[in-house]
Amino acid sequence: MALTVIVDYGMGNIKSVAKAVAAVSGKNEVAITSDPKKVEVADRVVFPGQGAMSDCLRELDARGLREIIKEAARNKPFLGICIGLQMLFEFSEENGGACLNLFKGKVVRFANGKMERGRKLKVPHMGWNNVRQESSHPIWKGIPDNGRFYFVHSYFVSAEQKNTVFGSTYYSHWFDSAVGSENVFAVQFHPEKSQALGLRLLSNFVNWDGCT
Amino acid sequence: MGLAKRIIPCLDVNMGRVVKGVNFINLQDAGDPVEIAKEYDAQGADEICFLDITASSDGRGLILEVIEKVAEQVFIPLTVGGGVREVEDVRRLLNAGADKVSINTAAVINPDLVAAASSRFGSQCIVVAIDARRQRKSAREEWEVYTHGGRKSTGLDALAWGLKMQLFGAGEILLTSMDRDGTKNGFDLELTAAMSRKLDIPVIASGGVGKLIDFLDGINVGLADALLAASVFHFGEIKISEVKKMMSQNGIQVRL
Repeated sequence: MALTVIVDYGMGNIKSVAKAVAAVSGKNEVAITSDPKKVEVADRVVFPGQGAMSDCLRELDARGLREIIKEAARNKPFLGICIGLQMLFEFSEENGGACLNLFKGKVVRFANGKMERGRKLKVPHMGWNNVRQESSHPIWKGIPDNGRFYFVHSYFVSAEQKNTVFGSTYYSHWFDSAVGSENVFAVQFHPEKSQALGLRLLSNFVNWDGCT
Repeated sequence: MGLAKRIIPCLDVNMGRVVKGVNFINLQDAGDPVEIAKEYDAQGADEICFLDITASSDGRGLILEVIEKVAEQVFIPLTVGGGVREVEDVRRLLNAGADKVSINTAAVINPDLVAAASSRFGSQCIVVAIDARRQRKSAREEWEVYTHGGRKSTGLDALAWGLKMQLFGAGEILLTSMDRDGTKNGFDLELTAAMSRKLDIPVIASGGVGKLIDFLDGINVGLADALLAASVFHFGEIKISEVKKMMSQNGIQVRL
């Protein structure tokens, strides 16, 4: 029996993530944990996140999870969601500081007050938007190109290495909404809240061996 | 391509049961929140909003059980409001599986609750609900904030209040016109547009939907980012799929 852990470092609503992952995991075990040892023995790791980046990093450190997360991202199927994607980058405008530095690039805020066709573009970017698939990936299996997923975020990632970008989304400009490298795949949107397409993505993840 | 405008059905829940009679012919139990939420999900709802109107204190915990059960089967955003008074209430609802919590009266009584909740859980999950009513003051009309389900005036200007709540960390405003609520005469488009222009965060328009065209006006004239309705959906007068089809035909981005 395989074990998927949802990393809990006290930020935001991870119940939704756990419920959605459990719904596609059949008899396999799904656990919410903040125990570094359990992350270490897990077969797959889901790294969610909501709220402010600086709080997320602080809470991660308070639980001694930083190194084990970086370790997991090097050697087992790993899915980052929302801030769990943003934290994988080098640098964030949000806290003016360093993140986990697994991907080259930075985390940038959407500008307030931009207009498009006579309407103000609201921040946070909240709701269902299209994800254009930039390359094929086992995680995209069965998911149509430009399918809609649920987003809610004020910051977005800008990857330096474009070969790590697997999905792009338009909101006043194009931004990177899915990135990946070897055993890591990370998305800006919330698959756990994205109905059938989101469940398909999670199902692809729990069946993924981490190879591309 | 681009961000879709959202359509949000709203359910009133009392003691764990849906009230204000939902009228789907294919439901076994028209009062069961789980069955109704599943049906709306299947119809294409972009989110579902639950308003807990339970008055008695011993019935308060029931909404948590409802959200727990719905969140196990429905994988779209769930917003819950009604009776949220402290940060602990927000935490309990999020833990039960809510994605956003809506704060109304308690925000007026204690605005710092909004600041505390959004800094603890993130702006993305804090919705401030504003019930507004037109007032004639001097030469022009303004809108005043009402609380306690629209019964109590506050003296607060709705637009200024919306801006303050944005500054305090609200991620979204759920704006209900008390003048239009229940009338089926359409949204208060002036109110909605004024709020949407003023704020940088999304505005959900609520109160007054009666006809299909009202939805289109809410987006195009009211400049709303999302539209909330209750009775027209509950009684099957208008189907969510019909709304989306009509909006799409009129060039509005929707999730079909």
